[in-house]
Amino acid sequence: MVLKRKIAYVDLTKREVKVRDIPLEMRRLYLGGRGLDMYLLYNHVEKGVDPLSPDNVLLVSAGLLVGTPLAAGRTHVGGKSPLTGIVGSTNMGGFFAPELRLAGFDHLVIKGRAEKPTYLWVHDGQVEFMDASGLWGMKVFEAQEAIRKDLGDPDVKSMVIGPAGENLVRFANVMTGLKNSGGRTGMGCLMGSKRLKAIAAKGTMDLELKHPDEYLEYALELNQRMASSRWGRASGKWGTMVIWNYTNTWGGVRVRNFQANQLHHAELIEPQNIEKWSIGTAGCYGCVVHCRHRYVYSDPKYGTFYDEGPEYTSLGAFGAEVGCDRMEYVLVGNHLVNSLGLDTLETGSMIAWAIELYEKGIIDDRVTGGLKLEWGNPDLVFQLVEMIAYRKGIGDILADGPRPAIEKFGPESAYYCIQIKGMSNLHSDERPTPSLALNIATATRGSDHLRSRPAVDLYGLPVEVLEQLYEAKGLTSTWASYEGKAKMVVWQEKLYAVVDSLGICKYHTVFISATAPKWEEWVKLIYYATGLEFTKGELMEVGERIYNIERMFLVREGLSRKDDYLPERYYKEPCPTGLPIAKGRYIDRAEFDKMLDEYYDLHGWDRNGIPKPETLQRLGLDKEPSHKL
Amino acid sequence: MQKVLVVDPERCTGCRLCEVVCSLHHEKTINPYRSRIRVVKWEGVGVYVPMVCQHCESPVCEAVCPMNAISRDPATGAVVINYDRCVGCRMCVLSCPLGGVSIDPKTRKVVKCDLCNGKPQCARFCATNALEFVEPTKADLMRRRAAVEKYSEIVRRLAI
Repeated sequence: MVLKRKIAYVDLTKREVKVRDIPLEMRRLYLGGRGLDMYLLYNHVEKGVDPLSPDNVLLVSAGLLVGTPLAAGRTHVGGKSPLTGIVGSTNMGGFFAPELRLAGFDHLVIKGRAEKPTYLWVHDGQVEFMDASGLWGMKVFEAQEAIRKDLGDPDVKSMVIGPAGENLVRFANVMTGLKNSGGRTGMGCLMGSKRLKAIAAKGTMDLELKHPDEYLEYALELNQRMASSRWGRASGKWGTMVIWNYTNTWGGVRVRNFQANQLHHAELIEPQNIEKWSIGTAGCYGCVVHCRHRYVYSDPKYGTFYDEGPEYTSLGAFGAEVGCDRMEYVLVGNHLVNSLGLDTLETGSMIAWAIELYEKGIIDDRVTGGLKLEWGNPDLVFQLVEMIAYRKGIGDILADGPRPAIEKFGPESAYYCIQIKGMSNLHSDERPTPSLALNIATATRGSDHLRSRPAVDLYGLPVEVLEQLYEAKGLTSTWASYEGKAKMVVWQEKLYAVVDSLGICKYHTVFISATAPKWEEWVKLIYYATGLEFTKGELMEVGERIYNIERMFLVREGLSRKDDYLPERYYKEPCPTGLPIAKGRYIDRAEFDKMLDEYYDLHGWDRNGIPKPETLQRLGLDKEPSHKL
Repeated sequence: MQKVLVVDPERCTGCRLCEVVCSLHHEKTINPYRSRIRVVKWEGVGVYVPMVCQHCESPVCEAVCPMNAISRDPATGAVVINYDRCVGCRMCVLSCPLGGVSIDPKTRKVVKCDLCNGKPQCARFCATNALEFVEPTKADLMRRRAAVEKYSEIVRRLAI
């Protein structure tokens, strides 16, 4: 039965494992996946803990619906972030979480630090400590194949770190398969600090649903709806790259760090170029959208290789951001970050920032070790990627992420660093779109689109449609407006928190598509799977609770309103290019402040961004940490 | 006309939804190891092949079964196991050239695809039609059409 899946507390220092049931009460409050992980984070990591110390915890989990016949294969990984010092939370597709569940576990809470390189072997109710000395130094997929060989079982799935995680690059990935990555907030670095190379899982335990026949029929209905939608079909053909095309057309991407918002002459980097090398697409567990390309590429330097992707973000990281305009470079860059275990977004942003600093004379040859940093030089970019992963030369500075690097490069460099709360922004430009700007400014894991982006705002839907979807009055159809945008952001926050806690991919909810499943569908699915009855309002409250406990973690670490602002350039430099709805636009600081006030009010937080006591009481958070798990 | 379950590995995206719905339908539980269909994957090169009983015209399993427990269901055309006769000797598992018969790890019975009484769940859920339940004439035509499409694509490329 779904609700019988357990939580294991693993102490790497003492080599001890304790297994517990997850109380039903906690399921009602936090569901599972990200939700329960955020409860565990608040309860197991005290204020001020050094993210790289053994006192930090690594949280690994499967959401409440993981394993069921939907796109429900997401693994959530959490902890205190070595990149930002606040909420570490990342989420990946692939096949790991279903395997963890089939092995009997929904949550792993990993503390301490192993004496020597270790991997965990999770199988049918057991967690074992395995020697990973032979795996240390291995690249991402190589390590996974070596584990299969070690355990003598080709069906084993594992989540691993690459060399970047071992070398404590603060934005190192956790990965499973060739490309599925928990990329943001440096959870790979956290794993590396615990000398944990991998977690391997294989399960043969039944996952029973409360109402299997009803679940099956309803899942088919939803799957068909997703697979036949325009959005579903477009992503099944081009992957997330399709968004880049659209965004570049109106002028919403970042180019050469933050110097332009549209890449001209983009023909050779647009998604259809993948066709030459694609051998088809691949789906994550149970997914009918299959947005991941499988490609084979031959490069004079890196040889012929097979890899998967690339995503939207890699078109930025190895394309527009670094002044390159060819799919070929993206394919190589994507392969490098996938093999080394680096977050493609942070890697691209750090490199682009460094190039602009060099261009502006803020850093010079002494800092770069003689490297001439310039735009449009793919070999330089690839060299920097490897230097970051192995912490060589200037790579050692970039590997620490935005804030420590600003310390090294000097105060003048800060203005050019496009980051919020210590994490780099997506390779999108939010200057024309106040709703998206509010989203990245307030996101609980640092600058991030996947916490609360109301992407639907970009479609200019009629007000009546928006008001029905967001169940609010006073919304506006134009993305240029500041009116009512806070309402959309808050609604999306709750939705994404719930979806992440169910273990479902965001492409299957209201993210890019306004007609994708949302509250009503989740209420039904949760009931068919577990028998737990939620009203729509109760489920929204779960989302709100999760978001608030994350905010409480931030507040406890000393964050407040001052940390909810955009990089300076958003206010000072108007968009130089784009369609009329983008060109010349920037964020008005006074309007943004008003939007922020509205956002706090909607949350029941004071104007400094601190949750009010009555808000915490309403959500049952007034006695946290409550140490129930 | 009795339909056949056609597998096209080139269309398979490796999502394994077929395994999930197969076990959920037959065993009322999710467990790939109890599914009648398995997607065999070469992850490192991106090749995925769904493997399932093909309900052979001359089934080896039927021939080797010492208890005559395997026969064709005239209604659906599926080669099925009669559990009243089956003693679980696993000769069918050993002899099937496709791995079409497996051992259920929980019940320890031998299990195989039964075409879900003429409504195979795997084909119903497969979004890319890597699994299709169609009439044999159509299956044949699908293959030819796919081959021609590939051919014409090559011609088009050469023309450029």
